[in-house]
Amino acid sequence: MGTTFKESIHQAVNNANLTGALGAFSEAYKVNRARAYEGIDFEELRGRIAELKGHAAAQLDQLAEQFTRNAEARGAKVFRTSDPAAVREYILKVAQEGGVTRIAKSKSMATEEIHLNPYLEKAGIEVGETDLGEWIIQLAGQTPSHMVMPAIHMTRQEVAELFSKEVNERLSSDIPRLVKVAREQLRPLFLEAEMGISGANIAVAETGSIVLMTNEGNARLVTTLPRIHVAVVGIEKLVAQYGDVATILKALPRSATAQLLTSYVSIISGPTPNDDGSQKELHIILMDNRRSEMAADPQFRQALQCIRCASCLNVCPIFRLVGGHVFGKVYTGGIGTILTAWFDELKKTEDIQGLCIQCGACKDVCPGKIDIPELIMEIRRRLVKKQGLPLMQQAIYRVVNNRRLFHGMLRAASLAAKPFATGGFLRHLPLFLADLTDKRSLPAIAAEPFRDRFRKIKQPPCQEKAAFYAGCLIDFAYPEMGEALISILNKAGIEVVFPDEQTCCGAPARYSGAYEVAAGNAMDNIKALLAQEVQYVVSACPTCTVALQHEFIRDFESLGQTERLPQARELAAKSVDFSTLVKQLVDEGRLTLQDGQQLGAITYHDSCHLKRTLQVSQQPRELLEKAGYALTEMFECDTCCGMGGSYSMKLPEISGPILQRKLHNIRQTGAPVVAMDCPGCVMQIRGGFDQAEGGVQVRHTVELLAERVKG
Amino acid sequence: MFEQFKGRAEGVSAEVYRFATRSGALEFITGFLQGEGVADQPGSYAIWAACPFLDGIERQSLQQLAGLKLEVTRELAAAAKIGISQMDWALADTGTLAGDSSRLDGRLASTLTGMHIALVPTSGILPDMPALLERLKPDSSAYIAMITGPSRTADIERVLTIGVHGPSRLVIVFCDELGGTE
Repeated sequence: MGTTFKESIHQAVNNANLTGALGAFSEAYKVNRARAYEGIDFEELRGRIAELKGHAAAQLDQLAEQFTRNAEARGAKVFRTSDPAAVREYILKVAQEGGVTRIAKSKSMATEEIHLNPYLEKAGIEVGETDLGEWIIQLAGQTPSHMVMPAIHMTRQEVAELFSKEVNERLSSDIPRLVKVAREQLRPLFLEAEMGISGANIAVAETGSIVLMTNEGNARLVTTLPRIHVAVVGIEKLVAQYGDVATILKALPRSATAQLLTSYVSIISGPTPNDDGSQKELHIILMDNRRSEMAADPQFRQALQCIRCASCLNVCPIFRLVGGHVFGKVYTGGIGTILTAWFDELKKTEDIQGLCIQCGACKDVCPGKIDIPELIMEIRRRLVKKQGLPLMQQAIYRVVNNRRLFHGMLRAASLAAKPFATGGFLRHLPLFLADLTDKRSLPAIAAEPFRDRFRKIKQPPCQEKAAFYAGCLIDFAYPEMGEALISILNKAGIEVVFPDEQTCCGAPARYSGAYEVAAGNAMDNIKALLAQEVQYVVSACPTCTVALQHEFIRDFESLGQTERLPQARELAAKSVDFSTLVKQLVDEGRLTLQDGQQLGAITYHDSCHLKRTLQVSQQPRELLEKAGYALTEMFECDTCCGMGGSYSMKLPEISGPILQRKLHNIRQTGAPVVAMDCPGCVMQIRGGFDQAEGGVQVRHTVELLAERVKG
Repeated sequence: MFEQFKGRAEGVSAEVYRFATRSGALEFITGFLQGEGVADQPGSYAIWAACPFLDGIERQSLQQLAGLKLEVTRELAAAAKIGISQMDWALADTGTLAGDSSRLDGRLASTLTGMHIALVPTSGILPDMPALLERLKPDSSAYIAMITGPSRTADIERVLTIGVHGPSRLVIVFCDELGGTE
């Protein structure tokens, strides 16, 4: 990671205005979005959007042609190009031929993408942004930090200062007053500009129409008053049918700003009269800029299903800490990372792709049904393919891929870390590792790993067998979780076997884009876990379970190793996470929890992979309640704890504040215990409470249930 | 559907009224204009864009009214306090007004002014957007406009503020007698 990038993160997370504003907004957004979608089947709606946009992406060329034909039949001039420079030149030519000296713009990300304003200004044309947020950042000489709310990073005081300079008058930071100033200042521009430039939210091939949505009313003015209107439209805005407009209008404002509809929507189909009786000159520019290439890419085609609502930014636990500018100058956040890789260049995402913690919150809310985390993984994979892994990481994965060496080193580490360990924790690490134990202790590596302890466990005779996949954390840091799991399954008549050859699930390599390394891990594990006939392969780590159920298959698929797929599928079919299996056993009457217990309040933290990939959230809650705990839900129970595997080591300055927020939300419930199903989350949250006042007991569900199963 | 529309529209700060007859609606509007103190000088007058409602009443009576102009130009609209226009449709599920706005005067009256009074035939209330798009098509309208509440922004610190570039008040006047567009 580059030093300037690290510095920009450092600045952002220490900017209290920014993190305060974004934090408050993200909290309000979730509530308001849910309210806006009340009574609407979101899954059904986004299924339709994904279909209609996916359908459009598959035939961009034909739709662009159809759009051109229909818009031109209505009197518009359509210019289609793949080249951003050609867009700029075309607009300048139209302006010069039309004697344009002033241009009023309504918000358009496509023009940000091609840096249009400086180009036109250099040619001596005055260009004024009229969207309030865009105008603010134009005055400030900045770039948008958010697709929908470009100036969300600025405070009212900063805006007041900017406006004061503009009007030569000392303005207070009263927001309605500032908005009034903007209205008065921009009015002459609307009335005098000879050209209006807009973007488009939707372009309809069937009718040659463009759809514009605004709340302020500036797009209506920009498309009404100047005698020339130029709309710059990325071809991903194309949809086939006029009726598709209703589908997108149903989701876009709800997802973008939690509104049922924006204040103004205009559907423009051909020129309309000017006030001098002439017809407006309407130019529509269909801009490709690598969108067709994206459409031809089997992985990235889905990114064209984006309707630019920015909800992926609004729910991102990283975005709300660092804001948009860390991501770059045009598109920001999760989808922004993907768009930057294409519309700018892959290399530009080298640093920013690392910001994604893979929690999956964005995927849950995306109205275009885009698997944003997966596409960011794909960017990683392509970067690694192109540029190779950093040397340090290469060395690490060579070790991880050699089970004997890796496990040998972990054992050695247990001894080496002794001088720093107290009470099972590493509280301080020396020098360059110190960031890792800032505000969070790390677990000491167990003196005796689970694989050694396992041999000493006596199990009763059982009718069924399960293989236990421990994963590195349970094996080497929390062996007691493995023991608890065995004691529970034994009571259900299941003997647990521990295939010794099992190794790392490959997550660290996979989430860094090193798929070959991950596939090596996958194959070792498949061999080990399928060696014996068992009914289940059970894991108490959701990230490991996701690997067993999904990622091994995907690793092989993406590398074209189809011969390995049948075995990977066989393993996936047997694999199950701990809570799902135990819930099933309780429902079948094979396990009974002690009755009539009153164990007090508990709160539950949803781990990202368990909730959003495995879709498991009710099972552990029901089990804990059955055991006698009174569940008190915490605020943002399914928001990431900031662990993210090696993320917390690569970006501790981001992971740290996310953890602090989680600790706060846990404390607010007043419950003395917090349960979770992931040893990684336990490591992060337990480590956080170890260094904080007012500690709360942090337990894996397996430990809590082991104490409560009858028999 | 009227009640649903009213609830939704008021939810986004629009004001909603309903009258059985043209004369009832007209009486309300003239009263409203007087209440707002319209007068002939710039910044204080109202403009009324040509529309079916106007065609159905005695224009003479309106011409007597001080501060009301039945002519709409860009210059007049830019200095008008109030703009009156007619919209064809209303969507119950979002509180939205919609209509063909390819004529310039209606758009100017509803965009540049400080306050917009929209006349709507009660029979124009539709359940939702798909119902609208079935009736209002690009073939018959080069500029389809939808209006949901007054102009608003939240671009400064996410604080909702009413009235940026468009009107800061939207007064919706339904008239049962106005009939539908169909």
